Amino acid sequence: MTDTKRTLPVLPPAPPEGATPHAPVDDACFLGERPDVPKLREALATIKNWFRANSLWVMAYGTGCGSIELRPLTTARFDMERFGMAMRPTPRQSNVLIISGYLATKSLKRVIRSYEQMPAPKWVVGLGSCTINGGMYWDSYNTINRLDLYLPVDVYIAGCMPRPEALLAGFSYLMERIKKGEANGWHHYLENLDWYKENQKKLITDWDMPDYNW
Amino acid sequence: MPLATKIAWSALGVLVAIAYGLSIGGVIRKVMARIQGRIGPPVWQPFIDLGKNLFMRSATHHGVMFILGPVFRAAGGIGLFLLIPVIVGDPRFENFAFSGDLLLAMYFLFFGSLGMALGAGEGGHPHSPIGIGRGLAQMSSFELPFGLAVVAIAAQAGSFSIAEIVASQQGGVLHWNLFANPFASVAAFLAFLGMNMYAPFNIVGAPQEIPVGPPTEYNSQFLSLMMAGRAIFAVAKMVLYMDLFLGGAHSIPEAFVKTFLIYFWSVFVGAVFPRFRTEQAIRFFLGWPTAAGIAGVLLVMFR
Repeated sequence: MTDTKRTLPVLPPAPPEGATPHAPVDDACFLGERPDVPKLREALATIKNWFRANSLWVMAYGTGCGSIELRPLTTARFDMERFGMAMRPTPRQSNVLIISGYLATKSLKRVIRSYEQMPAPKWVVGLGSCTINGGMYWDSYNTINRLDLYLPVDVYIAGCMPRPEALLAGFSYLMERIKKGEANGWHHYLENLDWYKENQKKLITDWDMPDYNW
Repeated sequence: MPLATKIAWSALGVLVAIAYGLSIGGVIRKVMARIQGRIGPPVWQPFIDLGKNLFMRSATHHGVMFILGPVFRAAGGIGLFLLIPVIVGDPRFENFAFSGDLLLAMYFLFFGSLGMALGAGEGGHPHSPIGIGRGLAQMSSFELPFGLAVVAIAAQAGSFSIAEIVASQQGGVLHWNLFANPFASVAAFLAFLGMNMYAPFNIVGAPQEIPVGPPTEYNSQFLSLMMAGRAIFAVAKMVLYMDLFLGGAHSIPEAFVKTFLIYFWSVFVGAVFPRFRTEQAIRFFLGWPTAAGIAGVLLVMFR
């Protein structure tokens, strides 16, 4: 008889100190030149972030059942194109990766690959409680429990399932954070790549891809 | 007009054409959204998309040809635009038209896509060659009715110069080739549907089947150059059709109205039709459009 007593999984240690997920990133350059005038740098960063926030291209990729809530966003009722958002079928042209619900360890490999192929700056949205604490799959043998151990999450949208309205609210929150220059998870990922890779490789035992997928 | 001034006016024309092409892209997205009962993005959304892609921090490329692909496409669009006189009798907007430019313009119609094919091929993604194969097959098939229509129009005007073809259509609406040679016009405007790659001829970049076709691997700054190239290419095609079939334009507002109508012919068809498979598209273009093109040539021969 197997032991039916359920225990919480042991979590890896917190990421190293020094870089917080929301630390500002110096982005104020124009054609490769960094002007010395602080106000100009500020204006440049604001302009860039405004463009990025108003043209979010979402990768059309669903990992779990939450992706069923993404489809209505393109329809007449919710219409995310109002906010300049569009679905892109290739990671090379996407800016937002949505982990929609539970993430199987098998999918994690593909998700990492897709995430690393996206051009920076890029943002990850964790959709549903499965990405926060495992949700109803918290003791499953083949799903992950905490997404931010493996990928830098910029916005979580809680719920099981969150409705399309909740998604739109989450996206507008993400847009606000981008405009303020706070959504810098992609930078955190690069700064703490070793820590992320260590966590990823603990789960993916058949690691047969490069350490970083360009 | 001195050459330097002419170059300056042509450069201004290219910039206006890019802005016009991008705005038309925004209007198309808005129209499509309204047809589907949505609110749709703002009309200036393509500008935001272009700026966003320009401000990406990282870009991935796969070699020299991959970088040159969007450059070729933009060069094809700009080259095509510069060969076509936009406003009749206005030396500022006549660009660099010369006798025999129609043949070169037809070459430039192909040139951008061939450059893209080479570039996207080096991207190495399996979906790119599928899209390229479909695109070139479709292009070869609509080139036949379009070529027949162009031959008919050129024979009718007695010249391969676009400026002279425009001049031969002056004197009233019924002198336009649209009415003077209706068969050739039917052939050319059906070929235009395939040229613009809206439904039913949009399997080249079918998002549900092959992600986005040829540009699957293109990202960041490459993509924004490609968007600008696509915009000017669309405008150049519209202006070419305006000159060949609608008697050119005598003022800038007239040019805007005519090109808008020409382009939205393909958009409105695209809004209500489902998608052809590649072999269906080829069969379509080799059927009635080609027959209309032959009828157009015969009409000129036995007039």
